[in-house]
Formats: sequence, structure tokens, C-alpha cells
Amino acid sequence: MKVKNMGMMTDQMRGKLATALSPQSLDLVDESEKHRGHAGYRDGGESHFRLTVVSAVFEGLSRLERQRRINEVLAEELAGPVHALSIRALTPGEAA
Amino acid sequence: MTDQVTAPINDWLKSEVGSNDVVLFMKGTPQFPQCGFSSTVVQVLDYLGVPFASHNVLESDELRSGIKDFSNWPTVPQLYVKGEFVGGCDIIREMFEAGELRDLFANKGVQVNAA
Repeated sequence: MKVKNMGMMTDQMRGKLATALSPQSLDLVDESEKHRGHAGYRDGGESHFRLTVVSAVFEGLSRLERQRRINEVLAEELAGPVHALSIRALTPGEAA
Repeated sequence: MTDQVTAPINDWLKSEVGSNDVVLFMKGTPQFPQCGFSSTVVQVLDYLGVPFASHNVLESDELRSGIKDFSNWPTVPQLYVKGEFVGGCDIIREMFEAGELRDLFANKGVQVNAA
């Protein structure tokens, strides 16, 4: 069964990432349904996300530094309703 | 500059990651992980044949929040090698797939399986 999802959290996170990272591409997927029954799952979704983001901001940054940038942007969400965020952060060169 | 109150958990974490070559903070145990991300990191370490100490953050709220402050990293699992924070599940998996994790262990003098 597909739970209807308003996607407000998803939109909010997308907006913050777009502002902070000026990404070339940004793909944020709510994967909460895959985690139904696992820790952190709740009805309505928006608890488990997968992010693929391509931005020139990541040039010269290590994997750790890239994720820290994203964690900072989404600190509020990660401290609260977002249980899991899987991150793939690439430079335009790496994504090409 | 303000004085920062240092939680006792911070001192304990410091000594724990300082006195073990490889330490994993995870949800559940290596034998019974209670989170897919923690499970992935355990599988990678097992595959490389790296012995590691582990701590189940689900057993202690103090540990669960303490480890996030300690590394300024909002999620678990967290892997430490020779006292240094390496990353969470995504980073460990990417490094493993790129062959970088094996190199990191080798460079830090941690024994791994033959490639």
C-alpha cells in the first residue's frame, strides 16, 4: 500500500540544499516505505531519505567534509524528524 | 570564549577510541545489528577481516547523544580508526568500493585480510 505523502519535509530539505549548495543536480528521495517496520519508521513517511547531489561546492573537499556540509545545512531536520539520510555528494567532474 | 562543560561521556569516548585501533559505534551488536546502515559497516569490516571493538548506542541514551556531540556527526554508525573519525555508512561503503578503506587500514598499521 502506498501511503499518501504530503512531502513537506522533502520540499523543505530540497529548498535548504538548493540555497546552500547551488547544485547542478539535486535528487532527494523519500525512501521511508522501504523501511516500514524498522526503527524510526512512522506513518506518513519522510523519515528515511536518499540524497544524490552534484555541486561545485564539493571541489577539493574530502568525503567527510562534503557530508559535514550537508549535515550542517540539514542540522535541524537530522536532529528531529529525519531518522536516516543516505548521502552521495559529487563534484560536477565526478558526476560527468 | 566561553567555558564549555565537558560531559564525562566525552572523556570516556576519548579514551575508548584512543585505546582501540578500530571502534564502531552502532545500533545493535555485530552479531545482531538493529539497523541496516550499522549492518553494512559490520559486513565491510568482517570482509576485510579487521578486528574491532563495538558499542551499542541503543543501550545508553548518554552514549547515543554523546557520540554525536563527540564527533559533531548527527548519525550512527560511526567508525573510528586509531582515534580518528572516518565516517558513517555511506563513507565507509564508498571508501570500501574504491579500495580506499583497505589502504587506510594499511597506512594506519591495522592488519587486514589479503586482497
